[in-house]
Amino acid sequence: MTQDERSTPTDSTSEHTPSTGAHMPALERSVVGSVGVALMGAGLRSARPLQKLVLGTVGAGLAAMAATGRNPIATALKIRQGAGGEVLVGDAVTIGRPAAELYALWRPLENLPQLMTHLERVEVLSETRSRWTVKAPTGEVSWEAEITADEPGRRLAWQSLPGAAVENHGEVLFRPAPGNRGTEVVVRLAYRPPAGTAGAIVARLTGEEPAQQLRDDLMRFKREQEVGHAPTTEGQTSGRAAKGGEA
Amino acid sequence: MKAIVWQGTNKIGVETVPDPTLLLPTDAIIKITSTAICGSDLHLLDGVIPSMEKGDILGHEFMGEVVEVGREVKKLKVGDRVVVPFNIACGVCDPCRRGLFSACDNSNPNHRMAEALYGGTSGGGLFGYSHMYGGYAGGQAQYVRVPFADIGPHKIESDLSDEQVLFLTDIFPTGYQAAEQCGIIPGRDVVAVFGAGPVGQFAARSAQLLGAAHVIVIDRVPERLAMAEAAGCQTINYEQDDVLVALREATGGRGPDHVIDAVGMEAHGHGPGALVDTAKQRLRLSFDRITALRWALLSCAKGGTVSLPGVYGGLIDKVPMGAAFAKGLTFKMGQTHTQRYVAPLLARIEARQIDPSFVITHRASLDEAPDLYKTFRDKHDGCIKVVLNPWA
Ligand SMILES: [Zn+2]
Ligand SMILES: [Zn+2]
Repeated sequence: MTQDERSTPTDSTSEHTPSTGAHMPALERSVVGSVGVALMGAGLRSARPLQKLVLGTVGAGLAAMAATGRNPIATALKIRQGAGGEVLVGDAVTIGRPAAELYALWRPLENLPQLMTHLERVEVLSETRSRWTVKAPTGEVSWEAEITADEPGRRLAWQSLPGAAVENHGEVLFRPAPGNRGTEVVVRLAYRPPAGTAGAIVARLTGEEPAQQLRDDLMRFKREQEVGHAPTTEGQTSGRAAKGGEA
Repeated sequence: MKAIVWQGTNKIGVETVPDPTLLLPTDAIIKITSTAICGSDLHLLDGVIPSMEKGDILGHEFMGEVVEVGREVKKLKVGDRVVVPFNIACGVCDPCRRGLFSACDNSNPNHRMAEALYGGTSGGGLFGYSHMYGGYAGGQAQYVRVPFADIGPHKIESDLSDEQVLFLTDIFPTGYQAAEQCGIIPGRDVVAVFGAGPVGQFAARSAQLLGAAHVIVIDRVPERLAMAEAAGCQTINYEQDDVLVALREATGGRGPDHVIDAVGMEAHGHGPGALVDTAKQRLRLSFDRITALRWALLSCAKGGTVSLPGVYGGLIDKVPMGAAFAKGLTFKMGQTHTQRYVAPLLARIEARQIDPSFVITHRASLDEAPDLYKTFRDKHDGCIKVVLNPWA
């Protein structure tokens, strides 16, 4: 069974067909394509096996990107876009705890900053409305959101309200994992980065990127639930500490 | 305290560093009484394992005495004598509960690094083995911090010497797992072992313990072959003989029922980045190493098992998959689930079925360790296994 077949029919995010990479303009396609073909040629002509391999691989990659019309950088960075141009982020983790227990930790939205560390705070305004604040390089950014679906023990979905600085929607699914392995926690987010795809690329390159943040958050959540803490080496001894450097 | 520190490629030194401290309530601090240099440490010396940082403390085969425990440690107490598996496991995640301790989901703080290289998956942490494997300080030192102290460390309550139990931390379980996963039929199956280094030696003796009818060991270093012969194995020197012909002859044309590749291609390091770096420096060496895997597949009998305790890190090509398919071979591989083997193998040592100290050729202090890394790497002076006493 695929993941899509298992998702609930009311699932608001899954209607997007994710596409990997951003579409490239025609000129960019032909330039990238010719560079790719040239590199492939150079690779084939090279007498040195390693050079052959590297040039051939890079060349073939570029040519393929040109042929499919995807922005090679966005593609290389695995930035996924929805049909409407928003950036899609999704990840999943299996946690050895019952779904009801994990759902109960997510449902009080004011607790979310403990689970998703890039969130500065969430203020609950009413049964369904909340105000979300994140730290940005320019200061704080906030927006109002409303809960669009709440199925206790199974699913939670939200959507930013019109006029939000960062338009976004998302959902968390809690699915029983087969074979007594606990719960599959699936998070899907869609957002419109303030500076478009370029903004998403810069964010990815500087490490301030929702896909990586989400992965880190899910792993930390899993570890807190399973082990009670996240493992660490911070503060351990090393030859660096001896010289007054970082430990 | 004194510790062996990685200072850069081909630079290993003895330094005075701060004593380790408890960082989490499930940690313990061990005063190390014996520690060893492992074949895989040589790839740290060579600088082919990515994500090492200057100042990292090396070493993943060590044992000693518990001197401090965190408030959540239940099984260990100060004064206990323990051996410590080289891989770090949480004991509660799904892989750990299935006994797949080296695949622990939760013990590697740098899961991000491994996931980037290995398709969204990371193994557990390792002591003293690069930041990709967690960046944990190692045990070629006078003291070490041991995380998840109730899961890894195993108490030694008999009067066996350090040298008899030290290798429960890595090379004995590694060789044993390699033999066990062959599914040897006692009294019937012939097992060939490529590579007669420490892991190959333990794989060969484990195959005997598991009832192999005959064990054949392939290497080129005379003292390693002599050590295998001393255990009653047949040996083949691949520099003097055509390996495939010699193995056919030794097995009546069938080929060995199972083949253990204890060579690996560790010199390739881990991941695509290291692959390119390493290929540049080491095209010839890596070619040699792939040969062991190729021989393993070509020589193995129909329906046999190819078991890989040797480490493979990146991409390899020219693997004779046609031969493997035609013969219906089974591949078994992976990092050792050490925690699974410590108790049963300790029982075998206590029952005098094996004395693992046979593999030791050199004993030294920490101060002598940097030189011995090189002696071991160059296989000089008959060097097969080095044990260090941190207090000598
Ligand atoms: Zn080792
Ligand atoms: Zn685990």
